[in-house]
Amino acid sequence: MIRNGAKENRVTKWLVSGPPLVFLLVFFVTPSLIMLFTSLRFPGEFGGLAPIISPTEAAQGEHGLTLETYQLFFSDILYAEVFLKSFIVASTSTLICLIMAYPLALLIARSEKRFRNLMVLLVVLPFASNFLIRIYAWMIILGPESVFSHFINGVLSAFGVAPVTLLFSPFAVIVGMVYVYLPFMVLPLYTNLEKHDPALLDAAQDLGANAWQRFWHVTWPLSLPGVFSGSVLVFIPVLGMFAVPDILGGTGDILIGNLIKDQFLGTRDWPFGSTLSIMLTLAVLAITALSTWLARPASITKG
Amino acid sequence: MALLEIRNLTRRFGDFTAIDNISISIESGEFFTLLGPSGCGKTTLLRMIAGFDLPDAGQILLDGKDMANIPPEKRPIHTVFQSYALFPHMTVSENIAFPLKMAGSAPDQINSRVKEALDDVRLSNLGARFPQELSGGQRQRVAFARGLINRPRLLLLDEPLGALDAKLREEMQIELINLQKERGVTFVFITHAQNEALALSHRIAVMNQGKVEQLDAPSRIYSFPKNRFVADFIGKISIMNAQVLEASPSHLRLSVAGLGEVTAPSKDGVKPRDTGVLAIRPEQVRITHHTEEVELKNNFTGKVQGFLYVGDVTTYIVELPNGARIEALLPNSAPGSAQFFETGDSVTVSWRQDAGTFLND
Repeated sequence: MIRNGAKENRVTKWLVSGPPLVFLLVFFVTPSLIMLFTSLRFPGEFGGLAPIISPTEAAQGEHGLTLETYQLFFSDILYAEVFLKSFIVASTSTLICLIMAYPLALLIARSEKRFRNLMVLLVVLPFASNFLIRIYAWMIILGPESVFSHFINGVLSAFGVAPVTLLFSPFAVIVGMVYVYLPFMVLPLYTNLEKHDPALLDAAQDLGANAWQRFWHVTWPLSLPGVFSGSVLVFIPVLGMFAVPDILGGTGDILIGNLIKDQFLGTRDWPFGSTLSIMLTLAVLAITALSTWLARPASITKG
Repeated sequence: MALLEIRNLTRRFGDFTAIDNISISIESGEFFTLLGPSGCGKTTLLRMIAGFDLPDAGQILLDGKDMANIPPEKRPIHTVFQSYALFPHMTVSENIAFPLKMAGSAPDQINSRVKEALDDVRLSNLGARFPQELSGGQRQRVAFARGLINRPRLLLLDEPLGALDAKLREEMQIELINLQKERGVTFVFITHAQNEALALSHRIAVMNQGKVEQLDAPSRIYSFPKNRFVADFIGKISIMNAQVLEASPSHLRLSVAGLGEVTAPSKDGVKPRDTGVLAIRPEQVRITHHTEEVELKNNFTGKVQGFLYVGDVTTYIVELPNGARIEALLPNSAPGSAQFFETGDSVTVSWRQDAGTFLND
């Protein structure tokens, strides 16, 4: 009886987890392997890929497998700079999202239960309209003739500072990123903060902790798992994002995402585009591993 | 001067009065218990003493100082919460050190004090554990140690034994009494378990519907309940309708319908023709075979209706001729025999003239 039950359990387990596993295998693992393979090939003369022919023939021309693109990546400091710049933009956006989302998540988590769902709905409401339309809206808001620009420059000139252009700058890129990804920070934070036992705050206060101490010694350490998952959810997509810098950034604001897009659609150098993608994937994996390790249960206790 | 003085305290939630003009004064070093059914207002009172809730009227004075404008973190009062509220992200040592850390004590002083406190509650080698890794009783002791570490003037205990099983609870009760004696810290304990209150307290305030029904030493509360609520709430008691025939300084003569005359101890303020109930504890009632000679004057025959065997004692439920039921407790002193009477036996129940209490309606 028990054996049968165990067997049945195993069957159920595969029936439930099988389809998503197959999906990931076909649409994630396979493309990743294709990408890896592509990165080792030569580009075709008019874009795309050069055909693969026998090694002897390949020795005479560019038709085999090669590590050339990886050499290119590591030989030119320009690519490292783009990576570094992307990391700076992603970390800055993540940090700003965190600073803006934390009080909001705390407010929702501590408000009356019947208002919470409505407030969460308001946080995700921007998703109801198209992403590109929202970014183009920022183009107008930050444009040189906008009320916002006039106001900022008015304030600046009052302090004797020369007027600035808001649009097509790193500032505009970060504003766009923060705007798009803020909900991804609010939701995991809220989910975490909402589960905190209010008795813990009472206990802390009872034992002599003032408002700041209650936050720093109780709320903040308990919310770290939420902070980590929110940060990962913002940091990783911002790192690869190309639409926002395309629309709001200037010519000097190219990020990895733009670089990769250009390799495939502009220069049509598929092998190098694949190499850049793989380097990005490796960087993201390293960051995920690091943050998972930092957020491991032994160091931060989940509720 | 009393350590804690509660003066005419009132707290309303909408049109519900949770605390209704309560005045209590608690002496230094006392183990004081607020006892009452759930919803009687004891938790509200506790939260007001701790500072988490503010009264609508009245005052709370600690060492003669009005606490009205003093927030919980500034009151020299700590609470042991019902759920213990131990910080899950801190080790046992860090939990216990928390009040000292908040008070800004020096790290080396914190370390030695925490070590001492761990020894006191017999958790010396568990300091590095997290609360989730402890048993219920151990968590409880961590909560006590944390509440006592920076020597509060008053420790409030909110049903701290409620989550423990019966055996552990009894152990913790003894530990709690010792802890309080050693530290000399005043305890205000709240519970709905009357046996716990009787076992632990120096004095008990029995609360009901936002009011204090009786405030007295445990033995006085048990033996001389002031009214029917207290009599019913504390321990087991049999109740029969009665009318006063004669009230003399030495005793009361009562008439119990369908039964006859009963003599009961005298009581202030009781006049002839008063109606009320006669309340009597099961252990005060003797039960004998109807053939046996009984020298007590308060004696009546009845029939055994049923019994409740709990090991050390058996409670017999006896139906009297008037239809009233009276409980009699008999220790099972003869080894091997579970009961001395069978259901349906004719028996005589009797009690001393100084037993039982008359309670006015």
